[in-house]
This record gives sequence, C-alpha cells and structure tokens, in this order.
Amino acid sequence: MDYATLIQLLDSTVRLATPLLLACLAGLFSERAGIFDIGLEGKMLAAAFFSAAVASLSGSVWIGLLAGIGASVALSALHGIASITFRGNQLISGVAINFLAAGMTVLIAQDWFKQGGRTPSLMGGARFEGITLPFADAIADVPIIGPLYSELISGHSILVYMALAAVPLTWWVLYRTRFGLRLRAVGENPAAVDTAGVSVIGLRFAAVGICGVLCGIAGAYLSTALQAGFVKDMSAGRGFIALAALIFAKWRPWYALWATLLFGLFGALETRPDVIEAVIGMKVQGQLLGALPYVMTVIILAGFVGKAIPPRAGGEPYVKER
Amino acid sequence: MDVMPKWAEVVLVPLISLLLAAVISALVILAIGEDPVAAVKLMITGALGSTYGWGYTLYYATNFIFTGLAVAIAFHARLFNIGGEGQAMLGGLGVAIACLFIPWPHWSLALIGAAVMAGLLGAAWAAVPAWLQAKRGSHIVITTIMFNFIAAALLNYVLVNLLRPKGQMDPATARFPEATNLPTLHDILAPFGIAFSKAAPANVSFVVAIAACFVLWLLIWRTRLGYEIRAYGHSESAAKYAGISPVKITMITMIISGALAGMMAINNVMGEAERLVLNSTEGAGFIGIAVALMGRSHPVGVFLAAILFGFLYQGGAELALWTSIPRELIIVIQALVILFTGALDNMVRMPLEKIFLAVRRARAPKPERKPVESAE
Repeated sequence: MDYATLIQLLDSTVRLATPLLLACLAGLFSERAGIFDIGLEGKMLAAAFFSAAVASLSGSVWIGLLAGIGASVALSALHGIASITFRGNQLISGVAINFLAAGMTVLIAQDWFKQGGRTPSLMGGARFEGITLPFADAIADVPIIGPLYSELISGHSILVYMALAAVPLTWWVLYRTRFGLRLRAVGENPAAVDTAGVSVIGLRFAAVGICGVLCGIAGAYLSTALQAGFVKDMSAGRGFIALAALIFAKWRPWYALWATLLFGLFGALETRPDVIEAVIGMKVQGQLLGALPYVMTVIILAGFVGKAIPPRAGGEPYVKER
Repeated sequence: MDVMPKWAEVVLVPLISLLLAAVISALVILAIGEDPVAAVKLMITGALGSTYGWGYTLYYATNFIFTGLAVAIAFHARLFNIGGEGQAMLGGLGVAIACLFIPWPHWSLALIGAAVMAGLLGAAWAAVPAWLQAKRGSHIVITTIMFNFIAAALLNYVLVNLLRPKGQMDPATARFPEATNLPTLHDILAPFGIAFSKAAPANVSFVVAIAACFVLWLLIWRTRLGYEIRAYGHSESAAKYAGISPVKITMITMIISGALAGMMAINNVMGEAERLVLNSTEGAGFIGIAVALMGRSHPVGVFLAAILFGFLYQGGAELALWTSIPRELIIVIQALVILFTGALDNMVRMPLEKIFLAVRRARAPKPERKPVESAE
C-alpha cells in the first residue's frame, strides 16, 4: 500500500466516522444523564430526511440542517415525554422511535416528492461542499505533509470540523462546568441531585435535547454532505454502531473519538478489499468486516478486555420520594 | 396496588392504547391525502375478504405468534429480547441445513427435524447474550442488538460463500427437496370439503404456532419453572431469597425465547419460500415486540395481537397495491402500537386509575375491599 492509498483510506475513514462520532456524542449526553437511547438510529434517519427535503425545497442547506435538527429534537422530546414524564420503558420507547422514523420518512418522502421514498438529488447550495483550508493548494506538492494537509485534513465539509470540535466541547461541558457535573450526577444517583435541590427532570430533558441536536447534525451530514439526498433507510444501522462505539468508549468523549474513528476505518476498509489483501496477504470477506464493530462491542461488554461500566442510574425512571 | 379491576387491566388499557394508535394512523393517512375509511375498508376486503387474503393474514400471523411468544416469555423474566430477528435468521439456517442435508421420507418427520434444528440454532444465538448477562453483567438489550447485526453478516457470508449452488447469482440456497414441502391450509382443509385458496402461503406451521401458544401458557402458569420465571421477573431479590438461581432462570428463559424465535423459520423458510434467502425474516423479529406488548405477554393476547398484525401486513400490502399509500404505513402503525402500549403505557393508565379510584371512593365509603388477585 502506498502513501496515496493510505491518505485516501484515512480520508474516507474521517468521512465515515463523522456521523458515528456525532451520534455517539449524542448518546453520551443522554446516557450520562441516565436515559438509555437506542433511538439514535431513528433520530438520525428523520434528520437525514428532513434536512435533505427542506434543503431541496428551499435551496439552502443551512435551513435544511435546521429542519433536520428540529425533526430529531422532536423525536427526542417524544422520548423524553415517554421515558421521563410518564416513566415508561426507555428501551421500548427507543424501539418505537426507530420504527416511527423508518416509516414516516418514506411516507412523507413519497407524499412530497413521489420518487419512491427518496428526495431529489441535492445540488449547489442545497449541499454541504468540502471546504478548502488556507494554503491547502499551495503546499499540496510538498512531499508527505502536502497530501496529508490538502487531502486528509482539508477538503471536508464544515460538519466534519464541527463534529471534531464537539469532542473537546463535550469534554469541557461534562467535566468542567456545573451543568456537566450535575448531568453526570443525575445519571449515577438522581436522588442525590434531587436532594441538592436541582431538578432531575429538567436536567434529563436538557440532556435528551442536546442528544437530539447532535443526532440532527449527524443525520443532516448523511444526506447533505456524505451523500446528495435522502434514500430510504439511509442510516443503515449507523445509530447502532454509534451505540456500540459509545460502549467501546466507556461513555467518555475522547474515547468516543477514537472508537468512532476505528469503526470508521472498518467501514472504509469494507469498500477497499484490495487494500486489506495487500496488507495482511489474505482475502477477508466484506460481510465479516462489517460485523467486526458488533463483535468487538460484545467482547468489550463481556468484560474480557477492560470493563465498560455504564452510568449506574441508566434506564431507571426517577420517582421522587414523598 | 390494584386500583383497577382485572377486566380494565386486561381489556380496557390495551384497547385505549390501540385506539390512540389507530386515531393517529388515521390522521397520518389523512395528511398524505387519502381517505382513512376507504383505506380500512380496502384493508378488510384485502386481508379478510377472501380465503386468499386470509391465507396471507394467517401466514404473517404465524410468524408473529412465534416471535411474539419469544419476546413475551422473556418479558415474564423481565428480560428484553430485541434479538428475535437474529434468532429467527439463525433458525432459518437451521431449517435450511435440516432440509438440504438430511433425506427426509415424509414432510411430518422433516417438520419435526427442521423445527428442532431451527429451535436449537435460535436458542444458541440467544444463549450467548443470556450467558453474558447472567455471568458477565453485560446488558442483554445491547448484546441482542449486536447479535442481530452479527447474524445478518453471518447469514450473508454463509449464503454467498457456502450454501449457494454453483452458477446461481442471487445469495440463496437451492430449493428444498419435494419431501420437505409443508402442506398448505388448502391441502389440510380440502379433505373436510372446505375450499381454501391454493396460492396463499399459510401452512401447517400455523397449527404448530397455536400449539406453541398452549404449551407456553402451560409452562408459564402451570409449572414450577414458569412460577420461577415469573417470580424472578417480579422481584429478583425475592426470587434469590426463595432459592431461585438468577443465572439459571436467565439462561433457560432466553433459550426458550431464542428457540421460539428460531422456530418461526418453519413457517417463512420451510413453508413459504422453500429455500433460504437473504433477509428472510423481513423484520418479523421486531414485530414480535409490538405483538408481545399488545398481548400483555399472555399467549392468548399474543395470538390475538399476531392475527391483528397479520391483518395489518396483508391489508397494508393491498393498500400499497391499490392506493398511493406506501407499505411503510404498517411500520408507522407498528411504531405507534409499540409507543402507546409499551412506552406510553402510563399515559393511558394514570388517568384511568384516577377515574377508577374516584368511582370506587364515591361508591363505597367503607374500608378497602380485599384487593383482587393479580395475575398480570
């Protein structure tokens, strides 16, 4: 494998890791506050559709992004009402949200565009284009550093850089602010937070809301940056891979970056069987590579390689003592 | 605890939840510019108006009975098995192996053999997450989700590389031999002089599914194991004090659950397709969740809910054929049923409990009556 191939591979790793990273951080906020969210997939899918649909109708990708975030936050609100207000089962609510998004996106797409459950292809201002960072063209010819900078680091859409910036931001919010401390506390011991006079319900709704915003960006990235338009079921299990990455990352922001980059690399390798063959000298089935994130997550969950301990109050509705 | 009489618990709450789901579905149909009344009429004639429609309704219902029972038994032990889809896929593999590599003399023997193989593989696929939950403390919901994806990848691999006949393009096994083909309801009912559509895929597996409902009812409410499962589901600590082993109950419940989900394959793989194709389960494993929730984890409820979903599936297919309503409407309805009967259960229950409390107080100022025995 030569240097150019490596850069190409890493480039697609970054592009494939971005939606996983955003969804993973979304799940991190929610689960750190004690709300399990297996509806990441559905929220991404809904956001992917609404951002593509509104971008195509309005011609502006930014309005599309807002619509996507809106759709995702609406589903988050539903999850919050079901699991926080009515103390329902968070897992079942997540399952319902996934199906709701899977069905409604096709239904609405068919009603609006009549193209068999897809949106028209996005063009021009209705899509996030790659950004050329300063000097990228100037140093492109410098050996080693040139391609690294101009092809790997530069040239992604703005959402990729936003996702990368979200990692330190998440770390800062969770570990360096009062809100973050309370948010983590509410996922470990909500009764203690309640005793301190802080609203458990308010904090959990805030966490679920942030989760919605991040999932919305992840979904918008899928349909307006990674691809040009929405197709049925385009999230294709990414929400679940993000969930796997979250466990892999042991619910920590920086680990989430590495975990999603690793899973992104698997995704990139899946499309380049020639590279795998050249590196390890044997053929690996693409399907088996696709299953690797799931297998690794099960192994991590089993505690054979370091233990992943979830937030203690996760999944439990909080009932105020009287 | 029992604020509501049993009939309200068993009939009223699910009915109101269902009604809410139906009203919102109707609004969705209105919003996409179609007539909900006409749609329901079309669904009824399409799914129940002919023996052909019934044949499809019952075929789908058979799938959903198996996966619904699988989720239901796990619910009794307070385990959430989202892995029905993967377990059913593995069951399909079991059926394919049994049918392709063993020369069965008669379909009845083949059915038993295939059901055993399907159950075994489905159970094995559920046993690993169960063991991880019981022994290593990893959350069963997450592991069963992961196992769904691993199952899909595994089946893809097996069908493309191992079981696909030479020279065939699509990833599927060869056709199963003639002797393993199950009799359809047409064949079963013909000797009794009942004319049933020949083209519909409903087959003898439907009878097996009904038998499974009965056996599961016996198991849950008439055996020591069933008692232990329910006790464990109600309170893990109480069960432990009573000498019930959490590891044992988790393992056994999930093995039964996985075996039931796997046995679905005798219907869709052996009875209908007569070969194993990619994505043969078509999401039936997930519909099992909706069915179990709506049926309140009771075999009779599961049976009725499965028939309802069978009707929705067949009716939805007819809608997609004759109107501009896409098939995905069923997924929306399924989501709403899961939402209202599962996640938003308290939204329906809380106001109802208040009403019953108010009525009871108004009627009887005497001290509390003896609470009604709860059987859930």
